Amino acid sequence: MDMLKKIPVREQEPKVRAANFEEVCYGYNEEEARAEASRCLKCKNARCMGGCPVSIHIPEFIKKVEEGDFEAAANVIAEASALPAVCGRVCPQETQCEGQCIRGIKGEPVSIGKLERFVADWSREHGFVPKAAKEKLGKKVAVVGSGPAGLTCAGDLAKLGYDVTIFEALHEPGGVLTYGIPEFRLPKETVVRTEIENVKKLGVTIETDVIIGKSVTIDELMEEEGYEAVFIGSGAGLPKFMGIPGENANGVFSANEYLTRSNLMKAFREDYDTPIAAGKKVAVVGGGNVAMDAARTALRLGATVYVVYRRSEAELPARVEEIHHAKEEGVEFHLLTNPVEILTDDKGWVTGMTVRKMELGEPDESGRRRPVEIPGSDYTIEVDTVIMSLGTSPNPLISSTTKGLEVNRRKCIVAEANNGQTSRPGVFAGGDAVTGAATVILAMEAGKNGAKGIHEYLSGK
Amino acid sequence: MYKILKAVKLAEKIFLMDVKAPRVARSCQPGEFVIVKIDERGERIPLTICDFDRQEGTVSIVFQIVGASTKRMADLKEGDSFQDFVGPLGNPSDFVKEDLEQVKKRRYLFVAGGVGTAPVYPQVKWMREHGIEADVIVGAKTKDLLILESEMKEVAGNLYITTDDGSYGRKGMVTEVIRDLVENQKKQYDICVAIGPVIMMKFVCLLTKELGLPTIVSMNPVMVDGTGMCGACRLTVGDQVKFACVDGPEFDGHLVDFDEAMKRQQIYKTEEGRAMLRLTEGDTHHGGCGLCG
Repeated sequence: MDMLKKIPVREQEPKVRAANFEEVCYGYNEEEARAEASRCLKCKNARCMGGCPVSIHIPEFIKKVEEGDFEAAANVIAEASALPAVCGRVCPQETQCEGQCIRGIKGEPVSIGKLERFVADWSREHGFVPKAAKEKLGKKVAVVGSGPAGLTCAGDLAKLGYDVTIFEALHEPGGVLTYGIPEFRLPKETVVRTEIENVKKLGVTIETDVIIGKSVTIDELMEEEGYEAVFIGSGAGLPKFMGIPGENANGVFSANEYLTRSNLMKAFREDYDTPIAAGKKVAVVGGGNVAMDAARTALRLGATVYVVYRRSEAELPARVEEIHHAKEEGVEFHLLTNPVEILTDDKGWVTGMTVRKMELGEPDESGRRRPVEIPGSDYTIEVDTVIMSLGTSPNPLISSTTKGLEVNRRKCIVAEANNGQTSRPGVFAGGDAVTGAATVILAMEAGKNGAKGIHEYLSGK
Repeated sequence: MYKILKAVKLAEKIFLMDVKAPRVARSCQPGEFVIVKIDERGERIPLTICDFDRQEGTVSIVFQIVGASTKRMADLKEGDSFQDFVGPLGNPSDFVKEDLEQVKKRRYLFVAGGVGTAPVYPQVKWMREHGIEADVIVGAKTKDLLILESEMKEVAGNLYITTDDGSYGRKGMVTEVIRDLVENQKKQYDICVAIGPVIMMKFVCLLTKELGLPTIVSMNPVMVDGTGMCGACRLTVGDQVKFACVDGPEFDGHLVDFDEAMKRQQIYKTEEGRAMLRLTEGDTHHGGCGLCG
C-alpha cells in the first residue's frame, strides 16, 4: 500500500450514474476504512481539528476506526457533530480538515471525510442511537428552521436538557439538506431522515408547516407560548436573477425552484404529482455548488447541459470534486462567458441565450480577477431551459415581524459569531440567515455557537 | 394532519372545505393564502383563504379541479385530513393595514370571477364587519358555476350577478356591468378590487384604467414553497420583477403585465396534464392524446 496515496473510494461509473439518481460515491467498506485510517499519523498537535468548524476530535475517531472499534469512533464524532453522515458527504474537506493534514504535504491527505462518512453509515446500519439528556431543565427553546444550523443547535441544546421545538416552514424537515442538495449526493431516506430522526431521539420536537413571522411571530413565541430563547436558522432566502431581457420567459428557473421540484417534491419520480419542465438543452448560469447540483440534476432528467460562468475555471466557487464529477458525467463548461439576453418564441418559451465572452481584468473586492466584457464577442447558445444559480438575498419574513431585530446593509440578521447573540435579548441567530449563502458545515458551526450562547444566556438568568 | 370538518361541492368541479388549522385560523387576514398538500405524493397547492373562524380554529378553502392533486383533493370527505396546511402566506389586503377612518371614506367596488368569488368573500365580509357597504359584481360562465351567492348577498351592499350565457342575473361579462354602473347609473367608486381568471383581471384593468378607477388584483401564479424561496411565482409589475408570494399576492392592477402572467401559467400545463392522465387512465395511457410527447 502506498502511504502517500488515499485508498481510492468506489464510485458509480460516470456514464451509468448520469442517468440515475442513485448515490455517486459508494463509500469505504470496513477493510478500506481501516487501511485508510492506518495512514493517519495521529498527530498530537492535530492541525486537522483546527480546520474543522465543529472541532471533531479527528485523530481520536480515526484511531478507533483503525482499531476496528467503530462504535467508539461514532461516539467520538457524536460529541461534536449531530450530522456526521451529511458532513462526511458534503463538507469541503479539501479546504478544511484535509487541507490541514500533515500527510498532505508530501502526498495526499488522509481521507477524513470518507472516514467520517464510513463511521456514520456504519452507525446507521448497526442501529447506533445517540443518548438523550438524563435530566431535563424544564426550559423551552424555539428553533426556527430545521436545516443544518437549526438541527445542530437543537441537538446540542437537547443534550443539555432543554425542551427544544424546531419550527419548519416546509412540509419536510431538513432545510437545504432536503430541498437543495440532490439525492445522488445526499440520499434523503437513508442519510438525511436518519440523522433527523437521531436529533429527535435526543428529545427534540419538530413542528412542520409553521412559518415564523406569519403563522406565529417570534414575539408571540416568547410572550404567549413560553419560549425563553429563540434561535433563528431560517436559511438563505430569495433567489437572485440577473435582470436581463427574457428572464421571465417560460423555461427560466431559479436553481432553488428546479432543485426543490426535484429533491423536495420528487418531481423526477413518476408517482409524485409535482411536475418539472426538465428541458432537453439546459444552460445553468453560475459556478457554485448549487449550480453543479442543478446541472447534474438536469443531466439525470435527460438533458444536454451547459454551465455558463463569467470567470475562468480557477475561480469556480464549487468544490473541485463536484466540478470533476460534473465533467465526468458530461456537463459542458462555457467559461468566461456571460448571458446578455434570453431569447423566446412568440408563446413566451425559451429558444436560446445570447452570451458574451469575457476576459479577466484586475482583482475585485473579493480578491478574484474581475471579468471584463469583450466587445463584439456575442454568440447564441440554443437552449430550451435556463437555470439561474446566482445566489440568494435574505428573506424579510422574520426580520420584518420581530421587534428590535437588527439587520445589516445586505438585510442579513446581525449576530455575534461566537454565540449567535442578536440585537434582541433572548434571540440568537446563525447560518445563511446571518452570513448569506454559505456551506452546511459553517451553518452547523453557527448552530453550535448559538446553542452555547443560549445555554450561557439561560444559565445566567 | 389537518382534519376536514366540512366538505361541500359548490358547483361542477368546485369544492369548499372547512379545515382545522388553529395556527392559520388565529393569524390569517383577508387577502392572504394558504398552501395545502393532500399527502406525501401530492403537489403543494396555493389557495386563497375564503373564510376563517378564530374560535373554532378553522379555515375555509375553495378549489377547482385543475390537475392531479386537486382531483384527488375533491375525493376527500368530512373526517379525512390533509397532510399539510400551511399559512397564512402573502400579505393581507391593504385596507386591513390602513387607518380605518380613511378606509371608511372610500367607496369600494369588488369584482369577482368564477372561483375568484371565494377570495373576494372574506374581503367583503371584513367591509361589512367594519360598517362599510361595498358593491359587488360576481361573474360566472353559467348559472351552475355560480358559487357563494347567498353568503355574498349577506355581506355585500349591492350585489350584481352576471353570467356569460345569461342563464342567471344579467347576461355578459363583468366589464359590461362595471361600465353600466359607472357610465349609466353614475355610480362613483374610489377603488376596485378584482379577483378572478387572469384574462378577466386584464380586461377589468383595461376598463378601469380608461375610467380612472384605481384597481387592485390578486395574482395566483404557479408556486412551489410560497415563502419566497423558489421564485416560480415571479411577475412583472411596472418595471419591476415581483414574487407574488412575498410581495403580493395583491398588486396594482394597472401595472401588472397580464400577458406575461398568462404565458407563465402555461409552463406546467403539459406536465400537469400528464400527471392527470396517469391518474385517470393509469398504465393504459400510452400517448396519442396530444399532451404526451
